[in-house]
Amino acid sequence: MDIPYTVAPRPDTGLYNAKVGIWLFLASEVMLFGALFSTYILLRVGAPEGSWPHGWLNIPLGTLNTLVLITSSITTVMAWASCKMNQFGRFKVFHACTLLLALTFVGIKSYEYHDKFTHYEITLKDGRFADGHLLRSAPDHVVIHGRVVTDRTDLADLRAPTASHQSEEVTLPRAEIKKMESYGPWHNTYLAIYFTLTGLHALHVIGGAIVIGFLWGPGSGLWRRDPERFTNRVEVSGLFWHFVDLVWIFLFPVLYLL
Amino acid sequence: MNAQAHDDFARHVRGYLYVFYALLFGTLVTVGASYIPFGGNRAINIAVALFIAISKASLVACYFMHLISERKMIYGILGFTAFFFIGLMFLTLWSFSDFPRHTVTH
Repeated sequence: MDIPYTVAPRPDTGLYNAKVGIWLFLASEVMLFGALFSTYILLRVGAPEGSWPHGWLNIPLGTLNTLVLITSSITTVMAWASCKMNQFGRFKVFHACTLLLALTFVGIKSYEYHDKFTHYEITLKDGRFADGHLLRSAPDHVVIHGRVVTDRTDLADLRAPTASHQSEEVTLPRAEIKKMESYGPWHNTYLAIYFTLTGLHALHVIGGAIVIGFLWGPGSGLWRRDPERFTNRVEVSGLFWHFVDLVWIFLFPVLYLL
Repeated sequence: MNAQAHDDFARHVRGYLYVFYALLFGTLVTVGASYIPFGGNRAINIAVALFIAISKASLVACYFMHLISERKMIYGILGFTAFFFIGLMFLTLWSFSDFPRHTVTH
């Protein structure tokens, strides 16, 4: 038995079933990300004055990733439009671009994560704080590229006019180190919500890329048998991809700029 | 597909490109505006960034996701979603009135 209403609109909704399904799914996604955004607001508004991190993320890389995702959105909609105009070759080209852009996005995000996991805040026994990227770790000392400060709040707002950006190679004997912690999600609430939001978003990018990859590769055989049904599949996957782009449009300023 | 429908789609494609350019421009404006001090008032930076983000999101939703010309059924689904989403945000804001004032620094 064939699945009903994969192409023809259902009389009561006026839409093919997959379209209603994807919009119901996206509605649940709005609530999922909405809950995390409201968590972000709660954490940020509740943080003591001047303690919320600012300027901890790489703005040029974040901007580049935003441009990459926006470009992938236009290639996705062009892939669908190509199917509508009966240009299967153009569909293949546009969705190949989408896949490459998705991989680029995940690659840049992975680099940013790696940067955070190699970035350490080190509490020294004399009450000072060392902050920077780990260069070497030996049994009796560690070497970082960063700086040493006396007031921990100096590390919070790196975009403040008074913030110092001078970095140098600092050798710290292990005997002087009280605590050493990387900038992973365990470091503070800002990084916890940053990794949660961007990690969940990256999973969506990977999931979307798998579906688009299927439609571009093994799933594209449907075009020969039932082009309208294939075009509808491209549209539904595209709606998901645009939603992923839409979420990033908010994540970028909220996490990187504000 | 007949020639008329093909031309209609070609016109749509031009529209998608304009939206794409607007999104690129909006991104650069967002980054640039974040460097403007606005007299040291961070709230203005937040308002400007969110205004641009909402504008960009509207363009994606209306044109790339075709919400500008969608069926009533979809608008109904999104209407419910918007109601609960706004409720969720307001619940968060209202929750601050539960805290004794001196424990929360605004």
